[in-house]
Amino acid sequence: MTASATAAPLVALAGNPNTGKSTIFNRLTGGSAKVGNYPGVTVEREIGKVDCGGHSVRLMDVPGAYSLAARSSEEQIALGAVAGLPPHERPDLVVVVVDGTQLTRNLYLALQILELGVPIVVALNMVDLIEASGARVDAEALEETLGVPVVPVCGSQGLGIEDLRRRLGETLENTGAASATWKWKPTDATLLEDVRTVAAAVPHEWHAGDDERRDALALWAMLSIDESDELEGLPEGLRSAVRQAHERARDAGRDLDEEIIRTRYDWIDAAASDFLVEPETAGPTATDRIDRVLLNPLVGFGVFLLLMGLVFQSLFAWADPAIGLIETSFGAVGEFVAGVLPEGWVTGLIVDGVINGVGSVVVFLPQILLLFFFIGLMEDTGYMARVAFLMDRTMKSLGLHGRAFVPMLSGFACAIPAILATRTIERKRDRLLTMMVVPLMSCSARLPVYGLLIAALYPPDADAPFAQGMLMVAMYVFSTIVALTCAAVLGRTVLKGPRVPLILEMPPYRLPHWFSILRMMWMRSSLFLREAGTVIMACTIAMWFLLSFPRGEEIQARYEARREAAATEVQVEELNSQEAAELLNQSYGGRMGRAIEPALRPLGFDWKIGVGIIGAFAAREVFVSTMAVVYGLDAETDENSDTLREQIRAQERPDGSPLYTPLTCFSLMVFFALACQCMSTLAVVKRETGGWGWPTFLFVYMTTLAWVTSFVVYQGGKLLGFE
Amino acid sequence: MKSIDSLKPGAHAHIVRLGGERAFRRRLMELGLLPGSRLKLVRRADVGDVLELEVRRSRVTVRRSEAREIEVDRIEPAPIRVPLPAGNLR
Repeated sequence: MTASATAAPLVALAGNPNTGKSTIFNRLTGGSAKVGNYPGVTVEREIGKVDCGGHSVRLMDVPGAYSLAARSSEEQIALGAVAGLPPHERPDLVVVVVDGTQLTRNLYLALQILELGVPIVVALNMVDLIEASGARVDAEALEETLGVPVVPVCGSQGLGIEDLRRRLGETLENTGAASATWKWKPTDATLLEDVRTVAAAVPHEWHAGDDERRDALALWAMLSIDESDELEGLPEGLRSAVRQAHERARDAGRDLDEEIIRTRYDWIDAAASDFLVEPETAGPTATDRIDRVLLNPLVGFGVFLLLMGLVFQSLFAWADPAIGLIETSFGAVGEFVAGVLPEGWVTGLIVDGVINGVGSVVVFLPQILLLFFFIGLMEDTGYMARVAFLMDRTMKSLGLHGRAFVPMLSGFACAIPAILATRTIERKRDRLLTMMVVPLMSCSARLPVYGLLIAALYPPDADAPFAQGMLMVAMYVFSTIVALTCAAVLGRTVLKGPRVPLILEMPPYRLPHWFSILRMMWMRSSLFLREAGTVIMACTIAMWFLLSFPRGEEIQARYEARREAAATEVQVEELNSQEAAELLNQSYGGRMGRAIEPALRPLGFDWKIGVGIIGAFAAREVFVSTMAVVYGLDAETDENSDTLREQIRAQERPDGSPLYTPLTCFSLMVFFALACQCMSTLAVVKRETGGWGWPTFLFVYMTTLAWVTSFVVYQGGKLLGFE
Repeated sequence: MKSIDSLKPGAHAHIVRLGGERAFRRRLMELGLLPGSRLKLVRRADVGDVLELEVRRSRVTVRRSEAREIEVDRIEPAPIRVPLPAGNLR
């Protein structure tokens, strides 16, 4: 089976962004595609099996691009995948999806691909919208002009997909028979000479002796290479040949970029009258009318805030019942298993390690599904481009991309879906910067911690809901300011990159394609479960081990004896809690809490808080239940428990002074706001960046920031005479 | 000849000179905005500080600060019938 799978022809699906390429991909593959990575990079690649008139082919989705010319290593993938430059497999055929309503611009990419000498089939998409726009496209004439098969399709309604399959099969059978009429014909002898000198520097393994391909790659290099590009794997000889060609041209008052691009567009425009009739001017379209509202400085911004409020509300509140259900179900399964199995560490591993571990992964799904539903909807309808448009000025001043807004906002709910959502940002540097600051946004897992500490600040009879509310708000404002400041700082230091001009396409509004949205939600979720989930699961088991070993048999024996002597049920429960506290305190985690106490003391914390901090690495809200166990209370205690609050208020330092002074509470809240106390976040960043380098950086910088800020709060407060 | 920034929404123009950084010029040209090409200023958005242009039936937004480098000649009154091929105005 595997042998025949690798032998199946490879067909690449390329096209401009917003051409409905992914809809056609989904139509052809029927959702059977599998996600992997492009060779050597962490950029996702989808490949699905397609039956094309009896041929089983592998269809590969190529990242959407207006041109093969590239500045970044990610844009470079389009060329590598389409041309099959090593280490990419060379496709047998390329399907170029073109948007019929913007035909001439879409054909520019098709010409570039033709130049490479790859057989192509053009899928003329959105045929239903061409006429509505007042234009007419003659597909047969276009086929004649290009010399390659042109298949009219309507991806959104599934029309023409069978024709496309058939023509793909036919073309695969007789590749070489169809010959493109378009050839690169420099009219200018000097330009021809430039191409030839650069072509001589194109590596042999790229063109394998094919002169046409060599010239095409020389053109690509001349358009792509410059001083500040981020391209990878280019030989120095090619770089210097391109540099020299540009210098020579500049000295002669010529612009090579313009000459190369113009030649292609001139050819398209000269031929266009054969296959395209467009009205000179068109009245305002539906998109124009919608944009008049949605991009209006007042109304548009209001609608935008409402929509973002909806997204936030859904993540924050609507996901809650599902999250609660998942938590209770896994808790029930755990209890059931614990009841069936004999007591012991194996049961502990199964219940607290494995079942709890699976639960702590699955619990993220409601928010991931919801967020990607909204993202899919915004991308598909074209609204996402407007978000970037509306937010560009604000975000740019912070060094962030306009598209970083949705992930940043989602970070208030949870960093996990938010980090996954950075996929919508094209450039790696913009994506990394967003990932590095999203975990600073005050996520909902911090709420129980803030809640407990704020409550502990006030005596039980104090009636100060307003002050407590204000404190909570202050924590949100504080975390937002820190996140934005860090973005500005990191963007100018660690993640400094060449300034990139903003040139965004505003696609027309379109109805969403539900199947594509559902497929993306499913794909994102299953990828999360498979790749980040395994890491989170391993971490949960490691945390369980740290907090349950060594097992303290002597303590257990002692409590067993006392339990037998106990008279009432209440006494037994009390003994259970005390036993749990003693066991935790002598565990590796408890010992670590003691070991880090010297580092925590300047922040006002004792070793018990240290144990809580270590336990909270599983998830921040676990701090509450860990503290409950540390203080000898029932582990089911939540942040609203009065006994836990009393315990906290009763804690004393060795000298007898209260431990949880307002200053300690502030310091601890600041620590929780800034420290990267979340292994799931690190697991997801690892999965999205493809290595441990960035998660390590994230952990180190956030923890350092948290420590230093808490230090300043606590010691500064003390100097100023606060308690 | 004036900067595209000075056009009023709805005005048609053609590009005289494309200034700015190479990456900016190259991307615009690849989208079909070459010297000589026609464009329309669709709207200026003060919220985002960007300009929305129409070129080759597609809508493209650019930052105002970057777009200052695009010099245009206004076409008056708005649309003039230019015989196809439209992009070949040299």
